[in-house]
Amino acid sequence: MFDAIMDSHYIRSFQAIFPEGLILTIGITLAGLFFGFIIGAIVGLGRLSKKKIINLPSLWFVEIVRGTPMLAQILFIYSGLTEDIIGFNIGALPTAIIAIAINAGAYIAEIVRGTVHSIDKGQREAGRALGLSERETMRLIVWPQAFKRMIPPLGNQFVISLKDTSLFSVIAIGELLYLGKQYYNITYSPFQTLIVVCFLYLCITIPASFFLRRLERKLDV
Amino acid sequence: MITVKDLHKSFGKTEVLKGIDAKVEESEVVCVIGPSGSGKSTFLRCLNLLEEVTSGEIEIDGDVLTDPKVDINAVRSQVGMVFQHFNLFPHKTVLENISLAPIKVKGLSKSEADKEGQALLDKVGLGDKANVYPESLSGGQKQRVAIARSLAMNPKVMLFDEPTSALDPELVGDVLQVMKDLAVEGMTMVVVTHEMGFAREVGDRVLFMDEGIIMEEGSPSQIFDDPQNPRTQSFLSKIL
Ligand SMILES: Nc1ncnc2c1ncn2[C@@H]1O[C@H](COP(=O)(O)OP(=O)(O)O)[C@@H](O)[C@H]1O
Ligand SMILES: [Mg+2]
Repeated sequence: MFDAIMDSHYIRSFQAIFPEGLILTIGITLAGLFFGFIIGAIVGLGRLSKKKIINLPSLWFVEIVRGTPMLAQILFIYSGLTEDIIGFNIGALPTAIIAIAINAGAYIAEIVRGTVHSIDKGQREAGRALGLSERETMRLIVWPQAFKRMIPPLGNQFVISLKDTSLFSVIAIGELLYLGKQYYNITYSPFQTLIVVCFLYLCITIPASFFLRRLERKLDV
Repeated sequence: MITVKDLHKSFGKTEVLKGIDAKVEESEVVCVIGPSGSGKSTFLRCLNLLEEVTSGEIEIDGDVLTDPKVDINAVRSQVGMVFQHFNLFPHKTVLENISLAPIKVKGLSKSEADKEGQALLDKVGLGDKANVYPESLSGGQKQRVAIARSLAMNPKVMLFDEPTSALDPELVGDVLQVMKDLAVEGMTMVVVTHEMGFAREVGDRVLFMDEGIIMEEGSPSQIFDDPQNPRTQSFLSKIL
């Protein structure tokens, strides 16, 4: 019985994709989110600006990124932006990181904007009524409260970006799904292999959601 | 102390204040009453420029607020405002709520500001709540903290916008008592209120507002016992 399991496609596909696939999946997610945070903060601040020349481009960025399929974006960056157009080719791994970064960036920008707007108008008025400047009111009163509310949706974005990395199997990046597909194309065991692949995603996403829910309760947001 | 001349305020095309003239003397307590939607809050918010004035003039203790060159932040720090929904800062302790503006705006050291803040908390009867967060307070306690927070800036004038309207009836008394004490100490106050008992007892003068103008004004006994304007009469008959 034990031998049968050890010998099964479950174990062997696991061995084929672990740990390399998981490391790449997490690595791309974290690198992409790192840049996504930076983009999201800048674009989010742009969306909060009252100046049209800052606000409008930020809005366009968000609309274009969110309004097009990520798979199309990936192929566009990887295959569409060829050497004769931009002077060089973007490799698979940079493509992956850029794709995660701009998508997470667009959603994070909306998280930033939404949470800042969600802070009761009375908070700002109370700050201004005490004689604090607009800047001080934002920095001391609005932002600290908004940051707290950003944590749960940002955690959610981590889970979304992590799952998005599976799309990179189309440009032959050896993340979880790609390695799984390679394995079952040879062994004809898609059932067992895809269960293992999904199991590995769940190994990260379930603890992440669990941790998030606890954090949400603790932060009381 | 406060002089308002022909104050107009529009939101887009709707004119909410249609020419308000009013005067508040030093140490006077003026109560503003009137039906909801009549522009009482808008009037009060114009007095510390939380609303941009459309036209007219407001002068507080010699500063012309409606002059474009005026330092808005400096003016606001001298005009305290207490809101219906308290607007305490939930991420700061009670004492931090009070000491924040004195530190940031007046440049007090933290220890000075904390000392003054503690004294103000004692004054509003909440000396033991310095280090708790606002969420653990009752509505009445929150409003008393909000009053202390405004007082910490040593304002020349205090504005109150229905300070007890969001409170359970049994908590109204403590807040009104704090306001009464302030009035006795000689604070200049403009109070929008539905507490007719308070207006009668503490108010020096009552303004009745309706449809964006001051329809009638007078001493509390004139307004409550012998109102002249039919609008005042009908308003009072509905609420008394
Ligand atoms: N920011 C705003 N934008 C548009 N209309 C407003 C705004 N604030 C108040 N109003 C309108 O102005 C009128 C007077 O409101 P308000 O001053 O709050 O009256 P009151 O305090 O006497 O109930 C109302 O009709 C209200 O809808
Ligand atoms: Mg009102």
